[in-house]
Amino acid sequence: MSLPVVPFGSASMGYVGSSRLHGLFAVYKPPGLNWKHLRDTVELQLLKGLNSQKKHTPQEHVRFLLGPMEGSEGKELTLSATSVPVLSEHPLVRGPKYRSVKVGVGHRLDVKSSGVFVLGVGHGNKLLTDIYNAHLTKDYTVRGILGKATDDFSDEGRLVEKTTYDHVTPEKLSRILAVIQGSHQKALVMYSNLDLKTQEAYEMAVKGLIRPMAKSPMLITGIQCLQFAPPEFLLEIQCMHETQQLLRRVVHEIGLELKSAAVCTQVRRTRDGVFTLEDALLRTQWDMHSIQKSIQKAAPRIEAELEKCQTVALCPRDPVGQPAS
Amino acid sequence: MALPAQQIPKWFYTIKIRNFITIMQIRNPLTRPRKTALHGLLALPQQSSGSFFHWGFKNYRTSSLWNSSQTSSSTRQENISVQDTHPHLNEEQLKTEITNFDPQILLEELEDLPPISPLQQISEEDAVQIIAEPPLPPTSFTLRDYVDRSDTLQKLVLLGVNLSKLEKRPGAGTLLLRLDFKNDIQKILLFLKDIGVEDNQLGAFLTKNYIILTEDLENLRTRVAYLESKKFSKTDISRMVVNAPYLLSFPVDRLDNRLGFFQKELGLNVQKTRELVVRLPRLLTGSLEPVKENMKVYRLQLGFKHNEIQHMVTRIPKILTASKRKLTETFDYVHNVMSVPHHIIVKFPQVFNSKLLKIKERHSFLSYLGRAQYDPQKPNYISLDKLVSIPDEVFCKEVAKASLQDFETFLKTL
Repeated sequence: MSLPVVPFGSASMGYVGSSRLHGLFAVYKPPGLNWKHLRDTVELQLLKGLNSQKKHTPQEHVRFLLGPMEGSEGKELTLSATSVPVLSEHPLVRGPKYRSVKVGVGHRLDVKSSGVFVLGVGHGNKLLTDIYNAHLTKDYTVRGILGKATDDFSDEGRLVEKTTYDHVTPEKLSRILAVIQGSHQKALVMYSNLDLKTQEAYEMAVKGLIRPMAKSPMLITGIQCLQFAPPEFLLEIQCMHETQQLLRRVVHEIGLELKSAAVCTQVRRTRDGVFTLEDALLRTQWDMHSIQKSIQKAAPRIEAELEKCQTVALCPRDPVGQPAS
Repeated sequence: MALPAQQIPKWFYTIKIRNFITIMQIRNPLTRPRKTALHGLLALPQQSSGSFFHWGFKNYRTSSLWNSSQTSSSTRQENISVQDTHPHLNEEQLKTEITNFDPQILLEELEDLPPISPLQQISEEDAVQIIAEPPLPPTSFTLRDYVDRSDTLQKLVLLGVNLSKLEKRPGAGTLLLRLDFKNDIQKILLFLKDIGVEDNQLGAFLTKNYIILTEDLENLRTRVAYLESKKFSKTDISRMVVNAPYLLSFPVDRLDNRLGFFQKELGLNVQKTRELVVRLPRLLTGSLEPVKENMKVYRLQLGFKHNEIQHMVTRIPKILTASKRKLTETFDYVHNVMSVPHHIIVKFPQVFNSKLLKIKERHSFLSYLGRAQYDPQKPNYISLDKLVSIPDEVFCKEVAKASLQDFETFLKTL
């Protein structure tokens, strides 16, 4: 019953005016919205846009109708050709032309977090697997509050303990962040399965371009403190293979290391692979035209990135270039 | 591919013959001379294409209107029961004169009938009367197959009824096919026009409530008379009927109970209840359980007094049918986070009608700018209806005194 989007004869992707909808785009997921509901909303908006495109032209066909011939006695019956409208192609009888659009999601965001959320339409869904296999890093801003600890590491959980935080200084915080980054750096090299004795591997490691290209636990490639105004602090984290709950756990552990306690109030993704905040579409922009434009804008960047990953992946070793931030 | 006369499948007999036989008990058996006419007619089907069903129809088509007398409406009704899934088609195309068949004669004839050759000469009149249209499917999941041959369906489509939505509802398709436009539907449409439903509203009305086409006209008139007796004006009634299409399908005592319930529950006088029902006639046709639940929520959980609830409901009747979870979440945010006291919420019940996410975004923007002031006593007061009801650009320019760009940049930091 479903009619997937049929491409018309236009060469470029996301061409406005034709119903070509294939590619990747990013939306800004607001906090408090389930990602499934978001995906359904985007699909409905795309369907609305697609179904409003073509206007129905009333079709007619010729039928031969029986009737008494004019001017005769009335007993004779002849066939006369008349053009009658065909109602079986009328939109009220047929229904809407498009009933479903294939919309896939990239790296998911849980309900409480917000930020850049990549979606794919039509043929773009295939690119989603390619992007996943490219194992690109993501950027997050994480806000935390010192002084309390809860069971689910966020400020809406059940309170477990309250502590003081007067002894916490920015230097202590940066020291702990450096320790975290160092330990994760070691893990990066280990999970990437590289033999560091080769020259090219060593050079890549020096530049900081190594990352694992297979499944691994969460790895933090960079962590910095942007603001510190006790009890609140703001961290920027670059990581891969993460979940938002693990990031909240990191905040909790930082609190423990500081001999205090901390909960996370906000997890916000600012970059997912090649998509940044300025590419992300807000709720008011989730309609077909804006999505088509956004797909067009992002297409060359994605192509370039995937090509880079694939050419390097052809080498016997794993190392791959880091994405342009 | 036409089936030769002898190769009628056995199941045709087992199913249909029984019905034939019940009909034959009512009608007179055919006499011998008729059989010879049949003999000649049975020869015709070879020339047509299609299934034997079509063969069956073709037979009586030729022995139909022009040669024999008009069949009475009683035979027509019997025939609908015979082919109970088969559509009722135009008179010229299909005369369901199975009653003209004597099953015994049929069986006898089909045994020893020689097949007619396609090269046999037939008269010009007979040739003209051959209709070689593809046969209609006996059952289908869509009304598209029948719309070109059914007068009723065509007129409904031209009225604006959305058949693609109706065919999804169980039983709707068969019902519409069985109705006849001239006799059944037209009366009800004229009645609706009398009440005041406009022509362009009829399509949407019937798409929602097609059952009304099977209602008895007297019942409908009684219900309208009842509403008029309760002092609803003509325009009120037409508005109510358009906004709640199922209204006239409710019996009088049910409407009475509902009106009584609202009057008692809300404690409003007759005039106010009437206005409330005219504004939201869905209250009369929907379920009463959510309304009772919501009243309890307002009174016990949110802590509004009875006269406050009355005031809010007369301003925005939709809050009676809002979902419980949405109400509690919205109230929680507005009262606890935005610190808006009860008596101000009562003045602006629109907050319960709007999306929580919208309220959150706008409030956080205003508090970031330092303009989140909801107390009418203090300066720079922002009323709640300005917060929720106006579109984004107007909100940014007038209330927040910032540009839309700033608002969007702020939204991306949430």
